[in-house]
Amino acid sequence: MSSRDVLVVADVQRDVLDDTTLELLSVGRGLAAAAEGQLMCVVLSADGQPFAESLSAADRLLLVNDVQLTVYSPGPYVTALQEVIAAEQPGVILVGGTSIGWDIAPLLACRLQAPLLTGCLAVQRQGDGLSASVSFCAGKMMADVHIAKLPAFLMVMPGSSRATDEVGRARVEIRVPSAPLAAEQIRFQEWVLPEPGDVDITQQSILVAVGRGIQQEDNVELAEELARVLHGAVCASRPVVDQGWLPATRQVGKSGMTVKPKLYLALGISGAPEHVEGMKGAGLIIAVNTDPNAPIFDVAHYGAEIDALDLLPALVEAVSAKKV
Amino acid sequence: MNIAVVVRQVPDLIESLDIDSTASALDWESISFIVNECDDHALEQALLLKEANGGTVSVVAFDFGDVENTLYTAAAKGAERLVKIPCETHRHPSPWTAASWYAQVIRDLAADLVLVGVQAHDEFDGVLAPALATALSMPYLGVIRGVQAGSRPTTVAACKEFPRAVRARMEIELPAVLGILGADRPPRYVPVSRIRNAMNTVHFEEPGLNVPLGESPVSVCRLYPPVSGTHAEMIAGSEAEAADRIADILVEKGLLS
Repeated sequence: MSSRDVLVVADVQRDVLDDTTLELLSVGRGLAAAAEGQLMCVVLSADGQPFAESLSAADRLLLVNDVQLTVYSPGPYVTALQEVIAAEQPGVILVGGTSIGWDIAPLLACRLQAPLLTGCLAVQRQGDGLSASVSFCAGKMMADVHIAKLPAFLMVMPGSSRATDEVGRARVEIRVPSAPLAAEQIRFQEWVLPEPGDVDITQQSILVAVGRGIQQEDNVELAEELARVLHGAVCASRPVVDQGWLPATRQVGKSGMTVKPKLYLALGISGAPEHVEGMKGAGLIIAVNTDPNAPIFDVAHYGAEIDALDLLPALVEAVSAKKV
Repeated sequence: MNIAVVVRQVPDLIESLDIDSTASALDWESISFIVNECDDHALEQALLLKEANGGTVSVVAFDFGDVENTLYTAAAKGAERLVKIPCETHRHPSPWTAASWYAQVIRDLAADLVLVGVQAHDEFDGVLAPALATALSMPYLGVIRGVQAGSRPTTVAACKEFPRAVRARMEIELPAVLGILGADRPPRYVPVSRIRNAMNTVHFEEPGLNVPLGESPVSVCRLYPPVSGTHAEMIAGSEAEAADRIADILVEKGLLS
């Protein structure tokens, strides 16, 4: 155990390992190697053994197996993770910017009075501390920061690093919590799954995506019309779903769906990192936004600095004409 | 149920973000502020809970930016108590510092439930909502989309959002802090006339605090706009010209059938 070591917190929910964990292992390997430390990965679940092969890139794989970790509740998760941190004393704890990560990393950072960074895109050792580049203001601003005091919690932006493809020989260690875990104050009740029947946007080859620039619910119909002409479907960024203009099943991004269509036409979408994470694999990305500095133009192949609402009728007409 | 809602002012990202002469901070004096979007949803969720189950809604905010208009709007929507915390600079303190000050105020409100936006887009050296829960010694659950009354008067039921439109319904013992991503319904519209009326009829509670910015455990060396290695090939011209060019691209790529 050493502050040179790095601990990756695996993100497992509904028996599925989130891809971000493999990205964290890649980041963690670099940080551990730079300090000649070990890379550890902890899995909090009822039985972590099925994930051992996927996480073999770590030097040590710590499986905290407990029936109270079958489904997520912050109490048991934080208690179990705090115990691992106390035993191993890692200098860096890497957590994904996921639904669980947004709870446990800041809660533990507060409990341990340790620094916390969100939106990390790059991180390296600097002396006894760390330097990092973080993204904030929805991807419109970057900060180079320094942390002098370790341990530190780093929430790494999903998609900011390649997933590790290292096949290692992690030593598997089973950990048993020292005291019974209990979800006393916050209890899981049930999973609420999306209602069947809506369009599955992950299976569409053409997506017309609308964001805040669509301005009002009535304008979604303009995008629907374009989608009909293109034989595609309409999807959205989070603000549109938050407004109730489209169902959650149409949301693209880290907390929604990950899509890889042949064409992704982004209309009035700024391109916050959480959204880009869900669509950057599209074959062709065309972005339309009035803001020339919108981050979406950094991932798009083609862009137009135009009001999407002005473009839509003209585009329906132009596409219809070319099809004839 | 007594519900406290934290409402923060954040930079309006529609406007340009300027960096000050130190190159290590935003030029807060030049920034236009808006209500943090998740906090606006937190307020809406609080009002929905109150309307369905009774109780009161108190809104707490630091005094900078457009905070008075924000608080009057909250009153016009139905919030009963408006607390404005004096703040010595035109920016939000670090999440760590802010949490301790919000906690002082919220303790006095005797809130059963504290709703805060799960994230503010100008935070990167901490997260307010769980820090506030820690300061209040209350349980915390974040990334919440929708809160209802629980099976008992001392609980609420909340849906925690996961990828692929999956949600986990959780029951939470009160008092608690919840980090709101979205309310059960979008934030309500309130007519200007009601906001004007609120300006004439409501008053702010201003606790005798004077909040310093506080130290962050993270030192900022440099701020800069993101520099991308790639950028879209931009299509120039009018809407009709751009539409024509996009249609041509789709034809070239074999995407029109």
